[in-house]
Amino acid sequence: MKKLPLLILAALFATTAHAAEYSIFRADKSTLSFVSKQMGVAVNGRFPKFSASVVFDPAKPERGNVNFNIDLTSIDAGSQDANDEIVGKDWFDVRRHPIATFKSASMKAIGGGRYEVSGPLVIKGKTKPVSAAFSFKAEGADGVFEGGFLLKRIDYAIGEGAWADISMVANDVQVNFRIVASATAPESPIGKSLIPAKSK
Amino acid sequence: MKIVRYTTIAIALHWLIALMILISLAVGLYMTSLKFSPEKLQLYNWHKWAGVTIFLLVLVRSVWRLSHAAPTMPPLPAWQRHAASASHYLLYALMIVIPLSGWLMSSAKGFQTVYFGVMPLPDLIDKNKAIGDSLQWIHRSLNFTMIAIIVLHAAAALKHHFIDRDDVLQRMLPHIRH
Repeated sequence: MKKLPLLILAALFATTAHAAEYSIFRADKSTLSFVSKQMGVAVNGRFPKFSASVVFDPAKPERGNVNFNIDLTSIDAGSQDANDEIVGKDWFDVRRHPIATFKSASMKAIGGGRYEVSGPLVIKGKTKPVSAAFSFKAEGADGVFEGGFLLKRIDYAIGEGAWADISMVANDVQVNFRIVASATAPESPIGKSLIPAKSK
Repeated sequence: MKIVRYTTIAIALHWLIALMILISLAVGLYMTSLKFSPEKLQLYNWHKWAGVTIFLLVLVRSVWRLSHAAPTMPPLPAWQRHAASASHYLLYALMIVIPLSGWLMSSAKGFQTVYFGVMPLPDLIDKNKAIGDSLQWIHRSLNFTMIAIIVLHAAAALKHHFIDRDDVLQRMLPHIRH
């Protein structure tokens, strides 16, 4: 019993010495947004509803993994007019394709504290590989991932018919994310020994 | 009797701005009735570019007007002189305030004004639905006020020309040699 404070200290030390693994997705703190351009006018939009599973250890980024499920029925494209339009057949056709998904296939460090995740992005039944660079920083128990990538809307037939004209709505849509995941307890031998010690 | 006209610059600015205002009013009334489409976006952008251009031309015109006196009017009853003067002041004020209200409204609605698609004007206010809706009401009301004054202004000019048969309208018409 007398060793308990020491064990706690050791466990705390272990947490800081070994990078923690961040795997508890925090929907309330995470945002997924985009910037579209209409005749040179940048318009901000966002995906208010999405879920993600994240596994990331900054010491072992190549073992990281992230999956996104994005609810397309709730897109905010910047105005009521646009929101009513964008769920329709020419745009996201949400009746047939209510969800967009991303599954990471690989993750790696690219230097300067930045990382890159690549994998297939599925929107409107079309699958294209995408890569997104992101930064990572620890804020208390939270890991914050910030990054983005350029989505080519025509690749996914987002905007068909009259809307296919990229001089009106640009092909490039900048997608930005800020994902927060909390750390799980490190799996070190000391960390594990703390649990039986506590229960005594 | 020789007609004393406004200066050529003043006449040119008057008719250029008049034409742009009439087109912008028509486009403004039409575009708001459209369903969301590429045409609608295009008209909104053109309308905004026209608004910025009108605003700039009106600034030039105001400076010109202040430095170049208007030709004297024929003897008129005092109420007509006052009505003419008041409607001119009001038109100038509206020509300044209406583009400004449109610019602010665009910002509040989250659509920045990018002049000719290349020159972004700063957003003086952040996106805010309530403020956007208020500014929309203001922009609309100011425009209907201006339509009323334009009708009055044009009716008065025609009345001077065809009924009073004086020089009031001709002072603002381009000089055409016979």
